[in-house]
Amino acid sequence: MAEYNITDSIDITDVNCPITFVKAKIALEELDDGDILSIRLNDGEPVQNVPKSIKEEGHEVLSLTENGDGTYQLIVKKVGD
Amino acid sequence: MAFTNEQIERYSRHIILKEVGAKGQKKLLNAKVLIIGAGGLGAPVAMYLAAAGVGTIGIADADEVDLSNLQRQIVHQTADVGKPKVQSAKETMEAMNPDVKVITYHEFISSENILDIIKDYDFIIDGTDNFPAKFLINDACVMAKKPFCHAGIIRFQGQLMTYVPGKGPCYRCVFKNPPPKDAVPTCKQAGVIGAMGGVIGSLQAMEAVKYILGVGDLLTGYLLTYDALKMQFRKIKLPADTHNCAVCGDHPTITELIDYEQAECDGTGL
Ligand SMILES: [Zn+2]
Repeated sequence: MAEYNITDSIDITDVNCPITFVKAKIALEELDDGDILSIRLNDGEPVQNVPKSIKEEGHEVLSLTENGDGTYQLIVKKVGD
Repeated sequence: MAFTNEQIERYSRHIILKEVGAKGQKKLLNAKVLIIGAGGLGAPVAMYLAAAGVGTIGIADADEVDLSNLQRQIVHQTADVGKPKVQSAKETMEAMNPDVKVITYHEFISSENILDIIKDYDFIIDGTDNFPAKFLINDACVMAKKPFCHAGIIRFQGQLMTYVPGKGPCYRCVFKNPPPKDAVPTCKQAGVIGAMGGVIGSLQAMEAVKYILGVGDLLTGYLLTYDALKMQFRKIKLPADTHNCAVCGDHPTITELIDYEQAECDGTGL
């Protein structure tokens, strides 16, 4: 996995749709253009929907990797102010 | 200011929207809206703005809740009869959303107090039920350079328009002067279908929210009318020329607020 200069990390494994995406969206709004957000999320619905929704908001998904414990790590680059 | 987990959940359907987001929700929480009139129009406005998390809501009304109000003024409950309407509305809003600070004005709005009351607010809702109050609110908002949303409801009809300083005509540009007292509807004509306040008041709440968020097009320069029996909305373009208006024109002749006399059964807006 490539190394990224992570600006902020959040864990959304304790919430369900749509709060998963809402928490990711709030975290991204706090960041500046080009900042990197690392998101820990659950397999299943979160992994299917959150990366897609983040892309629809115009941000860039850099990577999605399995953590081996049923969770994933999603790395997103913020695009825009 | 960071959101609490409760706020993230409460406002999630707002925050998801591209036009709102966390930034927009914070704008709502920091906004101050004054609702004049806690009746048929003011009720849904108060409830939707409170639910939306508008952080400071002022509400002005001199009346007490009457049994005959409950058919349409949904912010009040049967147990509230006899209570000041502003108190009853405050209790409903605070029960809906603890994020909201409600400031009550249990008094008649007049030329003496209106400028002092509106000065602290970002947006004003005219939810009053009579022509003198509507002209007073218009003139005061023009003079104080405050945006406001006018509305009126009667029988099966409703209308609204939004004034933003420098962005189009004011209420007086369109309606000039209160109608003569004998032209105002009599008691027998002053009925109103309850849901009319819900339709038009909800549209006023929508205008306030859009103004705070800075999104979309407001009803500036337009009058929206609703005929419930024909189930017809009409968006009427108003003349853009404000130069000759007595209050917002180039050479205003109205430079002081006027307390017009209210006709016996003026129920415009109810
Ligand atoms: Zn005018």
